[in-house]
Amino acid sequence: MTSKLARASQNLLNSAWIKPFGLLVLTVVLWDLTVRIFAIPPYLVPPPKDVAVAFWNEGGMLLVEAVPTTMATLGGFFLSALFGIPIAMLIAGSRTVESYVYPLLVFSQSVPKVAVAPLFVVWFGFGMAPKVISAFLLGFFPVVVAGVQGFKSLDPEMRDLVRSMKASRLQSFYMVSLPHALPAIFAGLKVSVTLAVVGAVVGEFVGANSGIGFVLQRSIGNFELPTMFAALVILAMISAILFWLIDLLERFTVPWHASQRHDFAATA
Amino acid sequence: MSRQANAMARFRVVPKGEASAPRQMIQIRNLAKTYRTRGGDVPSLRPINLDVSDGEFVAVVGPSGCGKSTLLKLIAGLIPPTEGEIRIGGVAVQDPPDDVGIVFQNPVLLPWRSVLRNVMLPVEVRKLDRETHLARARKLLSMAGLEDFQNKYPWQLSGGMQQRAAICRALVHDPKIVLMDEPFGALDAMTRERMNLELQRIHHDTGKTILLITHSIPEAVFLADRVVVMSERPGAIAAIYDVTLPRPRDLEIMGHPTFVDLTQRIRGHFYARGHLD
Repeated sequence: MTSKLARASQNLLNSAWIKPFGLLVLTVVLWDLTVRIFAIPPYLVPPPKDVAVAFWNEGGMLLVEAVPTTMATLGGFFLSALFGIPIAMLIAGSRTVESYVYPLLVFSQSVPKVAVAPLFVVWFGFGMAPKVISAFLLGFFPVVVAGVQGFKSLDPEMRDLVRSMKASRLQSFYMVSLPHALPAIFAGLKVSVTLAVVGAVVGEFVGANSGIGFVLQRSIGNFELPTMFAALVILAMISAILFWLIDLLERFTVPWHASQRHDFAATA
Repeated sequence: MSRQANAMARFRVVPKGEASAPRQMIQIRNLAKTYRTRGGDVPSLRPINLDVSDGEFVAVVGPSGCGKSTLLKLIAGLIPPTEGEIRIGGVAVQDPPDDVGIVFQNPVLLPWRSVLRNVMLPVEVRKLDRETHLARARKLLSMAGLEDFQNKYPWQLSGGMQQRAAICRALVHDPKIVLMDEPFGALDAMTRERMNLELQRIHHDTGKTILLITHSIPEAVFLADRVVVMSERPGAIAAIYDVTLPRPRDLEIMGHPTFVDLTQRIRGHFYARGHLD
């Protein structure tokens, strides 16, 4: 009986989420202690209890506001994947395209997107469009970089092998190049989706009347710090859930990759 | 004894006009390759002539950078020659020919495909009949002792098993010629010897024409009917040795005086130039 209990607790300790959860609890405790010990006024850093109360009172509103932010994030993210992967293919596939496009792309990344965001409001108004574009601009680059790396890292012997079989361009693409690049592309997509959240919030900062970014700005303007912290938690949750969804998709798409093998070998 | 050994290992210069020999599978005429790079032309292969007859096992040995791999890529139609031509079965090589299977130094198996599906890759790419070739792939895999592993993934196999799977892949479309570019270079000595025995058996059972590029002189002498010795960059044929040791050969033959004599002679080519392989 006791051994069963011990094993159950052992399993609980070994599950993937328990360790970060423990660390989170510890952080909240430290936060609470810091606020108490140093007597930090609540208009600078609210104690965790106030944030929990804000969640209780305004959780519904926050969840409603999370919807447009998530939509903008997903929109920007899908556009990033839709344009990023083919552009990566072109850059990896052609030296000419690479020499023309890649430097410009890198250069464009050094333009601060936050500074350009108001321009989108001027161009596209206060709707969804500027948020999606802002999310796209932040999410796009990681997909391209990872994609180029993935498509280019194909072993020269592998290339020779495919050529010796007289494979057509299409065949060598879908049989070899694309599957080979997928793990790298997924790494890029994971970075991209978290950046797309940032992009969406930036878009909401500069011009929106809904979304978590809008809530953040309003609550900081009104010194409602507990609400602002609660909004931040929601934002982090959006990021984490989207990241986890892509991780899940990766597990199903590239189960053969070295990074996935630990749980794959058990089932094979 | 040594006189007899000398007689068996005939020394020959670069063959000229060997057209009267039995049916030539591979004919190489004045073949030369120069790589054009930004830093100028890099000659890799001086004009060479070589004939390989049907079913013959030819090994090519030479120091690093002597153009051995270039020769193989030229025959495989992967790179165009600068001069001269190659004929396979009488037809000049332009693109990669159909009648050729290649084994590289690394197995280069696709990690997302099971062993069987890796072996079937050439069949899929060439759009050959799936049913008959599937049976053939299974037979090849069981010949290579991999029947229990056909549904495993490459990374679940040892290096030697992976290379055996790669050999199966090279044979699956039943090519007349198998080109091997240092196929056992990455394997440990024990596995390598076992693979040599296996390759000999495959050659015996299938009667393929095999061109093996190798760093190992004993491996070349053990397996080949003829050993082509190449000289340093830019590569050229320094000598060709006939290996008249009886087949099938077992590992003990490596102690045979003819074998020892032949390996010594071949090694002499590299010592003379102050180069160890």
